[in-house]
Amino acid sequence: MSEAALLAPVLPDRRDEAYRYADLAALETVWPVATETIAVAAGESGALTLVPDGDTVARHLVITLAAGARFDLRLLNAGHTYGRIAVEVALGAGADFTLGAAQLGGGAQTLEVVTEVRHLEPGATSRQVVRTVLAGRATGTYLGKVAVARGADGTDAEQSVRAMLLDRTAQANARPELEIYADDVKCAHGCAVGELDAQGLFYLQSRGLPPAEAKRLMLQAFVAEAFTGAADEASLCDRALAALEALL
Amino acid sequence: MTTPLLCITDLHATVADKPILKGLSLTINPGEIHAIMGPNGAGKSTTGYVLGGRPGYEVTGGTVSFAGQDLLALEPHERAAAGLFLGFQYPVEIPGVSFVQFLREAANAQRRARGEAELSGGEFLKLAREKAALLKMDMDMLKRPVNVGFSGGEKKRAEMVQMGILDPKLAILDETDSGLDIDALRICGEGINAIMRRADKAVLLITHYQRLLDYVQPDFVHVLAGGRIVRSGGPELAHELERDGYEAVAA
Repeated sequence: MSEAALLAPVLPDRRDEAYRYADLAALETVWPVATETIAVAAGESGALTLVPDGDTVARHLVITLAAGARFDLRLLNAGHTYGRIAVEVALGAGADFTLGAAQLGGGAQTLEVVTEVRHLEPGATSRQVVRTVLAGRATGTYLGKVAVARGADGTDAEQSVRAMLLDRTAQANARPELEIYADDVKCAHGCAVGELDAQGLFYLQSRGLPPAEAKRLMLQAFVAEAFTGAADEASLCDRALAALEALL
Repeated sequence: MTTPLLCITDLHATVADKPILKGLSLTINPGEIHAIMGPNGAGKSTTGYVLGGRPGYEVTGGTVSFAGQDLLALEPHERAAAGLFLGFQYPVEIPGVSFVQFLREAANAQRRARGEAELSGGEFLKLAREKAALLKMDMDMLKRPVNVGFSGGEKKRAEMVQMGILDPKLAILDETDSGLDIDALRICGEGINAIMRRADKAVLLITHYQRLLDYVQPDFVHVLAGGRIVRSGGPELAHELERDGYEAVAA
């Protein structure tokens, strides 16, 4: 075996919780995944919109926010056989992190957003909104850990995770996780997997919208929640809509 | 002789395998306003939902023709495009979708289905503003998500605004009067008259009470009990019901 092969990180297996729902065969084709680091200096702001292209996508972002820094990350994970976006964030005192992610999958696609947000110092805030729409036999996963370090008092962390299944054969996994070693913290998480509201669909159809258009209208609103407040909200919503059309 | 707009013949329907409609027959001609009254559980709301095509409401017998078409063969959105409007007793909240966006798409979907030209953004807003004013509803409310945070009365007025915009041939209004205060009742009643009291349109009011009928004077009143119409008469029948109760009249 070459020296490079020996040094390359070993392909994870399913016993690794962070890869439990991964498409490991697809992951192997792009392994090892390079780490992309982003550091935001004290008091500065940054933003990134990620709409990766490609059949198999695996990204790994490591974001460090110094005291009072802010970062706004928006993800659209759609149209991949396998799409994995992993994000690690370390928050300094009073830093603020926003994640808005939408995943749209059909067929036998596997999509996942895996986050670990570490509140290391007091007074930092984080807010994650993840909306997933799945058709066919697609799998959509959100694994999100929020870790609050000892002494990181005044932490305010929120995770809002919702998935919509268009077919009973699709599968959504959602696992928000909290690990808290500080007092006086506020950590909220909401998590729901459901189907489109049948009453709402009938209401829209009774006004003349064909079923596919009624679904599109409701799903468009659902997905848009991930992009509320983004600088490029309108263009993200348009791109999400295009991905949505492909599912209906 | 006029061609009926709606002709229901011996309609039977079940909900969750339970028979609710058991031989309902009713004919409505253009220009007429009908009221169906009846006690709870008689099948009033089921009648509206069956005609609107709501999933889960199974027709097990009978026929319904609407404007010369077999209504029961049409999907809910096709019924709307054919000119049927169902006013909901409990209008549904749809977060994130604005009235303006939804109604413009609905109106244009109907127009496409009928082979008519679509409304431009400007044309639609003008129409929406006009109908909102008719129902004394602030246009800003129509920019909000569908029915979200609306009071009961606001929801019913919004239903009437939708009816005005969509301009149906036949409106089936399921307990439009429930949850309305006296002023809202009058505004809705006047709205129904302004939008629907025309020689080529008709209304089927589904209601428990006489009070809406004070504003929207019906030509015919029917008593629904046990899934069929047990008595029909003129507007005086509603007064008789109000005075003597359903039990006395339907017996």
